[in-house]
Amino acid sequence: MTKMTGKEMVVEALKREGVEVCFGFPGGAIIDVYDTLERDGTIKHVLVRHEQGATHAADGYARATGRVGVCIATSGPGATNTVTGIATAYADSIPMVVFTGQVPTSLIGNDAFQEVDIVGITRPCTKHNYLVKDVKDLPRILKEAFTVARSGRPGPVLIDLPKDVQNAKAEFDYPEKIKFRSYNPVLEPHSKQIERAYRMIEKSRRPIFYVGGGVVIANAHKEMKELAEMLHAPVTMTLMGLSGFPGTSELSLGMLGMHGTYCSNMAMAHSDLIIAVGARFDDRVTGKIDAFAPKAKIIHIDIDPTSIQKNVKVDIPIVGDCRKALKKIVKAVKKAGRPAEAWKEQFQEWWEQLHAWEERHPLTYKEEPGVIKPQYVIEQLYDLTKGKAIISTEVGQNQMWTAQFYKFDEPRSFLTSGGLGTMGYGLPAAIGAQMAFPDKLVIDVAGDGSIQMNIQELATAQQEKLNVKVVILNNQFLGMVRQWQELFYDRVYAATDFTFTPDFVKIAEAYGATGLRATKPEEVREVLEKGLETPGVVIMEFVIAREEGVFPMVPAGKATTEMLLV
Amino acid sequence: MKHKHTLSVLVENTPGALSRITGLFSGRGFNIESLCVAATLDPTLSHLTLVTTGDDFIIEQIIKQLNRLVDVYKVVDVTEGVYVEREMALVKVKAEDETRAEVLRMCDIFRCKVVDVSPKTYTIEVTGPESKLKAVIELLKPIGIKEIARTGTIAMVREKKTV
Ligand SMILES: Cc1cc2nc3c(=O)[nH]c(=O)nc-3n(C[C@H](O)[C@H](O)[C@H](O)COP(=O)(O)OP(=O)(O)OC[C@H]3O[C@@H](n4cnc5c(N)ncnc54)[C@H](O)[C@@H]3O)c2cc1C
Ligand SMILES: Cc1ncc(C[n+]2csc(CCOP(=O)(O)OP(=O)(O)O)c2C)c(N)n1
Ligand SMILES: [Mg+2]
Repeated sequence: MTKMTGKEMVVEALKREGVEVCFGFPGGAIIDVYDTLERDGTIKHVLVRHEQGATHAADGYARATGRVGVCIATSGPGATNTVTGIATAYADSIPMVVFTGQVPTSLIGNDAFQEVDIVGITRPCTKHNYLVKDVKDLPRILKEAFTVARSGRPGPVLIDLPKDVQNAKAEFDYPEKIKFRSYNPVLEPHSKQIERAYRMIEKSRRPIFYVGGGVVIANAHKEMKELAEMLHAPVTMTLMGLSGFPGTSELSLGMLGMHGTYCSNMAMAHSDLIIAVGARFDDRVTGKIDAFAPKAKIIHIDIDPTSIQKNVKVDIPIVGDCRKALKKIVKAVKKAGRPAEAWKEQFQEWWEQLHAWEERHPLTYKEEPGVIKPQYVIEQLYDLTKGKAIISTEVGQNQMWTAQFYKFDEPRSFLTSGGLGTMGYGLPAAIGAQMAFPDKLVIDVAGDGSIQMNIQELATAQQEKLNVKVVILNNQFLGMVRQWQELFYDRVYAATDFTFTPDFVKIAEAYGATGLRATKPEEVREVLEKGLETPGVVIMEFVIAREEGVFPMVPAGKATTEMLLV
Repeated sequence: MKHKHTLSVLVENTPGALSRITGLFSGRGFNIESLCVAATLDPTLSHLTLVTTGDDFIIEQIIKQLNRLVDVYKVVDVTEGVYVEREMALVKVKAEDETRAEVLRMCDIFRCKVVDVSPKTYTIEVTGPESKLKAVIELLKPIGIKEIARTGTIAMVREKKTV
């Protein structure tokens, strides 16, 4: 058996796990790992400008590819800078392994220089984490970390590496596979439950598929599409479920929830059967819980038992991987052998109602002469990219307009921070996705507030010679918060006025990138065309209607049928 | 309906495992009424007995959340079936001339033991289900309790008896 140092083990494990690229920022407590990484030279490292950027980039890489994102930071401030990114990944169940340097084991607990208890700090926002005290444990821990991160309900795992452990030697016995005594996620759904689910579907008259992030995570888009099409049943997606089912499908009702479509929310409220697939009944989706879908029976497919029966009572829980479950339901439908026409007929009345809702209040906005409407920008962006781009977003109105007006057909083409809602996510996430897909068009749709939270990553994109595009919807406001103030706080715009904006065109130029700006509707198309065509990093700033709102909107705490409309 | 539940949790004996569990309770707003941790025959596992209250919904969620932790091997809701539970308390009670006899009488009735004596106090050991401890403590209060230390509940599912 070969002996290796801890730092060599880390690099070797990355290779064995098939890691091609990692993101990070060095410092004294992790310098040894960096040294080995550089001398070895197999794994591409992207040097970010802030550790938060590294975590979001690793996260964006993971969302775009389905692989584990990897990032590296030093101890102390380096480690604490990763916390927001880790919590972001945790909230959306994104597989990630984060390495942090730590002071030598002999100094731990001594308030040593750049010492923080990062394992303690991240305990509630990681799926699992480790402080490696003995290099002999490191091979096992490395294998466990990658296994835990990507299996079951994925999530971030942190490994804290004291400096002496990085340099200590031990035998490197890297297991191919690992068996846990205490961690065994259930993947295979129970056949009895599948049968019961099928019977319930067969009896339903007003069913709806409620598709969540789990479908994207499980790569179950094909099965999802197949099942919905076989049944000719409507589908609505959560923010995280977007791209898990084609937005252009005639069966798609669009997003549901706080800023979902009128039709989706009405459909949920009046349905007699909700089939939740990898979705977790978040409060942004249910609204006032007592008024949520009063007439519906619920089938809930989820890999994590804690998601089931957490917020609402479920009639048929199905614990397991939703791809497997969907496959089994498809099989059950086939076995029953009803002709497609029979299903169509069964749900025909329901579809008539759905179409009526769609027609009554489609997604829309009011045009105003001379001012750019953000929705128009997104529509044009969709039109120009034909939905083929990978889109990341920041957080706020920009995120919601993108979710509403861009139609996502390709799985993993929409990267957004849903659970935590982290401003500053979009640009580094776009960088991560672009590292995975150098030839794809990757676009961050940003707000003027959010973009400034990790704008330093423009330098990372430039150093890597990436082609990331940034569309800034500049309303000179923290718009989403302003919208709440407009609606619920008597228009007292406390601390949301961003009247001073830096010159984003000049910022682009200062970073050696291209900057473009549109201030009138007629310039929108031109700026987008030019920006998307121009190689390299491009910032396209759109000066939009300052007080435009996102509608429909379900006010917090209200029933989802009580929507404020355009 | 809120009920008291005693959960028996087997968990990997790793640093941080306990704080993962307590962190889960505080982070999610579940309450811990008592917590007792000790080694098992297998040195790689620890045994935790945890008393909490909640309605069925909450208890189901607590058990699922515990199971979700990578370090948790097994969770049993002991209160679901037939079980025995015990807790021990040490109670230091005022024992001066006029009360000494009464304290001893109480010890006798409740089968407590006097484990330490000073000129002005008795320290007595009470063992039993929580209800018994409660009763003893209530009765000793008027005499004057100076200090109490309690272990928290431990519990065990009873073997099925064949009739
Ligand atoms: C400003 C803002 C506004 C928002 N407005 C809305 C809104 O209007 N509508 C909306 O929907 N959201 C909205 N969100 C997002 C919202 O906060 C939640 O993040 C989102 O609703 C959760 O999506 P989800 O239910 O699909 O769950 P996710 O967080 O994507 O969770 C995935 C679920 O799938 C399960 N899962 C994982 N892997 C598998 C597998 N292999 N098989 C089966 N199950 C699996 C997980 O256990 C989990 O339960 C908004 C966010 C922000 C920041
Ligand atoms: C890190 C962080 N801080 C604060 C918030 C609260 N917040 C949510 S949306 C929003 C406004 C975002 O402003 P901007 O990026 O300009 O987007 P807009 O809504 O104007 O499109 C704020 C402050 C957040 N989500 N994340
Ligand atoms: Mg803004």
